[in-house]
Amino acid sequence: MGSVTTSHEMGLHEEQLAGRTQQMFFSATEEENYTYPWSYEVDIEKSAEFDAAEMEISEINLKIRELMKSGHGTITVNNPRAKHSLGVGILNRLNLNFNGSLGYFGCGLIDGANIRISGRVGWSCAENMMAGTVVIEKNAGSLFGAAIRGGDLVCKGQAGARVGIDQKGGTIIVGGSVGAFTGFMMQRGRMIILGDAGDNLGDSMYDGTIYVAGKIASLGVDCVETEMTDLDRKYLQGKLDLYGMAAPNGIDNMVKLTSGKQLWNYDNLEPTEKKLVL
Amino acid sequence: MCGIAGLIWKGGASSDIGTEMTQMLQALKHRGPDSTGFALYGKGEEGVRVLRFKVAEQEEMKTGFDIHKKAVERKEAVDARLLEMGAEITEKEDATEYAFRYHFKFDGDMTRLIDYIEDIDGVEILSVGKALELIKDLGDAAVVSDQYGLKGFQGTHAIGHTRMATESDVDIRSAHPYWAYPFNDVSVVHNGQLTNYWTNRRDLERRGHRFMSNCDSELIAVYIADRIDQGDELEDAMTRSIDKLDGVFTYLVATGTQLGMAKDVMGAKPMVLYESDEFVGLASEEVAIRSIFPREIDTWDPYQGEVKVWAA
Repeated sequence: MGSVTTSHEMGLHEEQLAGRTQQMFFSATEEENYTYPWSYEVDIEKSAEFDAAEMEISEINLKIRELMKSGHGTITVNNPRAKHSLGVGILNRLNLNFNGSLGYFGCGLIDGANIRISGRVGWSCAENMMAGTVVIEKNAGSLFGAAIRGGDLVCKGQAGARVGIDQKGGTIIVGGSVGAFTGFMMQRGRMIILGDAGDNLGDSMYDGTIYVAGKIASLGVDCVETEMTDLDRKYLQGKLDLYGMAAPNGIDNMVKLTSGKQLWNYDNLEPTEKKLVL
Repeated sequence: MCGIAGLIWKGGASSDIGTEMTQMLQALKHRGPDSTGFALYGKGEEGVRVLRFKVAEQEEMKTGFDIHKKAVERKEAVDARLLEMGAEITEKEDATEYAFRYHFKFDGDMTRLIDYIEDIDGVEILSVGKALELIKDLGDAAVVSDQYGLKGFQGTHAIGHTRMATESDVDIRSAHPYWAYPFNDVSVVHNGQLTNYWTNRRDLERRGHRFMSNCDSELIAVYIADRIDQGDELEDAMTRSIDKLDGVFTYLVATGTQLGMAKDVMGAKPMVLYESDEFVGLASEEVAIRSIFPREIDTWDPYQGEVKVWAA
């Protein structure tokens, strides 16, 4: 329960995001079972290691599954050699280490796994991640963390274009620069960029927050700069410390961006529709 | 989708680029298995030009009736016209019944010679150059490479392409790489779609440029050729192309001594880059670069709107 108290201490549950929310909170102590029927009971202390150099993609993913089935909670995969779609669909707690780089669609659709990657990742890493952590030591491709809903996604190098497109929750942290259209149509969650941001940052974002330490090439439609609060600073400090990262010019010199909400016209009827109603 | 790959050994170091490019393209096979093309840059001999041309499509050879006879006639016509223009053929090679490789010596008007040969019905020149050898055919990289005996090809740099046809037919005419007619040694591969193809094509055609296919990617080769013709350096021509061409694209251009890459302003198509002191490798996916470097390497993705050029 330690982590729950910390997040409360950090004030993460106090901040009220404006607008209507569909996010549901539940207590971890509740009776109801929030695990998936096909998730595995694993022992984090029980570890296994294998070499993936000569294995096919499905063989590697099945091997991980087999090891989880036999209760291994710490798995190390050596030589993934930039193969695509590795470490996907893991729905239980697991310590997964990749010694090497992943190709496209790595670690997608995960819920609860803690993944470390010593190399880089290609396009669409951790797509639709629900919970857990993915920490990448080197660079990431485009569409990094597309549509993620929860958890922490950390890239210590630079990332490509459209980072966190359609982000619906969680935190994305990029140590280096990001490309164009980062945070495009972002709906919720937080993004921390310690390098520079490309053109059209936060274009058409509905909600959520983007923090940038470096230069911003240009802001997208309806993305506005807002004032940093003490809560933001505390949050940034906490998150960055957690992953051993630091803002190059200090947290005080970071910029906070949110939605200007000028495009929020959900309840407004078009003039032609108004006539119909009246 | 389409997959593109490029490699260059810096400092003029020579390597077995035939095998390396075959491996890279084979690793990208899943991005498009329709056709595969190679533009390999060898050392070349002083005063000797390499001519690669085809006299028929593979499909025609299978289904046509008198095409076998025609192919022979067309080849004979090419020989005759080369002699007529005063070119001396020093070596002939025929990997297939429809595609040939000639070595020849010629010091007259090269564009005139090229036009005269292409004037023969059904004949298309794939490439002319001192260093460039352009090979393209239907099938995956291993098939094409075996068919044309590319393994063991020594050279400094190469670009290649595996195609998934989206904008035009599956035939050799629409396969990449494209040679930037009439410039010796310039070739282009492209991954993406161009949306202002016809506007640009009509514009370039009015100024006398030749289009051999209806494939949008050919526009890039012709555009680069046009800019070089107007005195641009390769890098300037490529930078200009980013504004001029609409659509999504990542493309590679190679000349006798250089290799360049350009990405559209949206960064919509992938490109992974690996650069070391002696080597630069580029590909749509890292797996392609890893097929020649199994060890861990540091790679990154160039950003949108970026243009880079390396020299051999």
